[in-house]
Parts: sequence; C-alpha cells; structure tokens
Amino acid sequence: MKVDDKLVDHLSHLARLRFEDSAREDIKTDLGRILDFVEKLSELDTDDVQPLIYMTEAENVVREDQSQLTVTKEEALKNAPVKDSDYFKVPKVINK
Amino acid sequence: MENALDKYECVVGLEVHAQLQTSSKAYSSDPNEYDAAPNHNVSAITLGHPGTLPRFNSRTMEYALRLGIACKSDIREWNEFARKNYFYPDLPKGYQITQDTTPICTGGHIAIKPKGGAEKNIRLQRIHMEEDSGKSIHDQDPFNSLVDLNRAGVPLLEIVTEPDLRSADDAYAYLTEVRKLVRYLDVCDGNMEEGSMRCDANVSVRLKGSETFGRRVEVKNMNSMRNVRDAIEYEMKRQVELIENGETVVQETRGFDASRGITLSQRTKEAANDYRYFPEPDLQPIRIKQEMIEEVRKNLPPLPSELFDRYTKEMGLSEYDAGILTDSKPIALYFEALTQHTKNFKAAANWLMGEVKGYLNDRAMGIEDFPVAPQAIAEIIELIDTGKVSNAIAAQKIFPALTEAPDQSPKAIAESNNWIQESDDGTLKEYVQAALDKYPEKVAEYKGGKKSLVGMFMGEVMKMSRGKADPKKANQMVREMLENA
Repeated sequence: MKVDDKLVDHLSHLARLRFEDSAREDIKTDLGRILDFVEKLSELDTDDVQPLIYMTEAENVVREDQSQLTVTKEEALKNAPVKDSDYFKVPKVINK
Repeated sequence: MENALDKYECVVGLEVHAQLQTSSKAYSSDPNEYDAAPNHNVSAITLGHPGTLPRFNSRTMEYALRLGIACKSDIREWNEFARKNYFYPDLPKGYQITQDTTPICTGGHIAIKPKGGAEKNIRLQRIHMEEDSGKSIHDQDPFNSLVDLNRAGVPLLEIVTEPDLRSADDAYAYLTEVRKLVRYLDVCDGNMEEGSMRCDANVSVRLKGSETFGRRVEVKNMNSMRNVRDAIEYEMKRQVELIENGETVVQETRGFDASRGITLSQRTKEAANDYRYFPEPDLQPIRIKQEMIEEVRKNLPPLPSELFDRYTKEMGLSEYDAGILTDSKPIALYFEALTQHTKNFKAAANWLMGEVKGYLNDRAMGIEDFPVAPQAIAEIIELIDTGKVSNAIAAQKIFPALTEAPDQSPKAIAESNNWIQESDDGTLKEYVQAALDKYPEKVAEYKGGKKSLVGMFMGEVMKMSRGKADPKKANQMVREMLENA
C-alpha cells in the first residue's frame, strides 16, 4: 500500500498526534514497511473464513437493569490533569 | 418568492434519539438519572478506564423490542455491536458503542395525522441501540470546556425514517406520534426540552413531481417540536431561494438558532468524519429468540393508534374526541376502564373531557391522582341515562360531592341529598293535575293562546315536587295535559 502525504495527514488528524515535518519521510517509510509486512496475510486465501471477532462462543451475556454506584465523584476526577470540584476541564471546544 | 416556493416540495428524513428510562446505563451499572449532581453517576466503565469491559443492560433490548413491535418492524435475530470511533472530550472511550450493520429493527412505519392532511404512514429505515455521550458545557469557564459524564453511557434508541416526510407540518406530526408512542410504551419520557428526546433532520427540496432527490442538508440543534418545524420551514425557503438564484445547495450540517429562527452552517476546519466502524469485540452478540419477541408482544400496552381506530370506528366517537382521549396514556387508560362499566361511550367521553378534566386542570393534577374510580363515573352516567338525575344535578352537585367523598356511591350521594328526580309517570301526573287545578283561569288563558304559561305551570310542578320532578318529562306532561284540559 502506498503511503502518501495525504494518508499521513489524515491518520495524524484521526489520532490527534502531531509530528515535526522533518520526521515526515521517516514516518512514511516506517508506515509503508509495517503495511507491507501485514500485507503478507493477503497471500492466504481467506474467502471462506469468517472473521474472528469474539474470543468465546457465548451469546446473550446480559446484565439485569439494576443500578449501583461503584466510584465516587472524587475518585472519578482524581486522575484528571485539569478539573475543579465538579467537572473535568478540557481545552475549549466549540463545535462538535 | 412565494410563487417559487409553491413549485417545490421539501423532502425530509428524521433521526430521533430517545433516551431510555432504564435504572442503569446501557453497558454499566451506574444510575441513569437526569438530575444528579455533575459526575456523580459514573463508573470505571463509563470513564473509559483501561481494562474495563462493558456489560449489556438487557432492558435496553426489551425497550427496543417494544418499539420495534409497536412499529411493525422486522426484528433481527442476530445482533452485534459496533464501535463508532471519534475523539471528543465527552466521549471518554474514544468510541461510541452502537449498532452498525445489524440494527435490531429494520422497516416498519409510524402513522401520522398532519394538520389539515390525510393520515399517512412514515416508513422507518431502522431502529438501533446505542449509548449517549457526556455533556460539555462551554459557557461557564472562559478558558475551558467543562465535562459532565453523568449522561455518558445512557441507553438510546436511534429511530431513522425513510425520506417520507414532505413538509414541516409532517415532521411536527411525526414527532407528536413518536413522543406519544414512546410514552405509551414507557420506554422514554419524550421530553425534547430536557433533551431526553432529540431530533436531527435531513432536508432537501425538489420541484414537485420530480422523482430525484435534491442535495440534502442535515439540521441539528432543535430542542422542541416547534423548533423542528420552524427549522425545516426556514431551510426549505433557504434552499429554494438558492436554487431559484442559480446557486447550488451545499451538502453540510447546519445548526438551528432558535432565537433568530434561522439555520447556520456548522462548517469546521475538521476533515470529513471518518468513524472507522468495526465490530465491538468486548460485547458478545445477542440472539433474539422468537419467545423473547412473543413475551414482549404479550405485555405490550394498548397503542394510541389502535385505541384511536377503535374509538372512532367501534365506539362511534368523533376524531376530535378520540384524539383528545388518546393524547396521553393515563387519560386513555382511564377511559378504557370507564368503558368497561358503561356502554354510553359518548357520555363517557364527555364526562372525562368535561367534568373530570376540568377538575384536574383546576388543581393542576394528573389523572393518576384523580380520587374517583371509573366505576363511579359510569354510575353517574347510568343515573342520568335512567332519568334518576338530571345532567345539571349530576355535574353541579353529585360530581363535586363525589370528589369530596370518593368512597361513596353516586346513587347513595344522590339519595341522601334528595337529588333523585321524580320520573314516575303516575306521581308526575298528580303534580301536574294539582297545578292545573290550582289555576283554572291560567289554564283558560293558555287555551286562549298564551303558550308561555307553560313555564308558570312547570314552576308550580317543581315547587310541589320540591325540585325533584324530572324536568324533561314534566315539561312534556304539562304541555300535553294543558292541550287536553
């Protein structure tokens, strides 16, 4: 698969990761090599093989609708880098 | 411009998100409550902590089945969950658990009765189960957005229509029906102002008679049914104007600004959405067996559209009456109970919409708290129908007394207060004869043409019977006996 600038920019946006432009060529090369490596899988004929999604055959693993509190607000907020006594704080976002 | 507008029709599809009235969230056990203090109803799962696994709430599925069965949708046997990936601060996991390729319900329809139009079916494309995001608050802190995760993980049903709606009024009528339906089914409180029911609209316009669709615009941010109607009306005008001016409609998302009554582009620098849906491996698939469907079907409450049809077609009520009676489920259930005890359906409807509703409105009370049992109202109707009491006595005396003493029977109340009217022919005849005998000169005047004297004789009869004579019968008898005197 060809890794071009457009793809790298798109991935960087989706991952919300930035990089120095000097690293661009290295990233393209590395990504290309990883993809080539995984590409090896397509040598196999998987036409009749269902994708493996679940680690067990179990179905209908459900929970009764009963509510229970397991953490407090203080515990919930404990690991947040920026917060006040009630809320998580994040850089201002206006549009979704 | 008005003329140009007439050449076009708008094509609308709606996506409704209904928050389910469960006790706990969709994939974790933290409470699902509207009014909790910020970040109080959270758990390690809701917070998206590493190593946690979601656990599916069976009630989400039950509620989806209720709605799907009520809308005559096809229920899918094999259900999988999917991840919809995007980054936003109120989505802690970085993905929403939803259903992508296997929505629990496909097809089905909801019948609407638009203002001034004929009833029509709006086809549903799908109903699927997913989870809500948290809430971001942008206006409390100048430098940060605040995030409250109480809502994150609350179960939702997304209900998507085919592009079958043709006007803003259609959309309004559709939302009215959806809200009524989810309330009847007890799955969602249908409150658009509080956000427990939300709606996005896909709006396009085309020349009338055209079979192809125009380019569609997605309108968001409408938090009342009126806003939805106003936004679609505005959007239709805007798009027609663009086309008439030779410009093109841009496919985009627009937000409704209710204070100005207009839609505004929500253009962002963000690249086009790329949600990278893939199967959710943390939740095992759900197989919906026929028994589960039958179990839900068996326990389904009466549906408003079914009741409406029965009231108009079998009970002979007007569409107006049937509309009011089925508008809210508690009223309909009371009427259902009432008609178990009386076959005078019209009188039952009148009493419920007249005296009973008046009583409730005066006290800002719901019918759930109305103290009088349906049997007692049926008994009042029986008393009137058998001529034991007049309508006026029933409404002005017995009903108020009954609301004060709901344990007593209306008949006992009427008897103890001497309100039972005299309708025995023999007794009435005696009263009338006595009145005629008392004023022979008035009888002569009547015979001479002074027909208004009937009133005077009626007064005499009422006086002698101490107000208990059945006025209708007595009136008729006075006329007859005067003519024959």
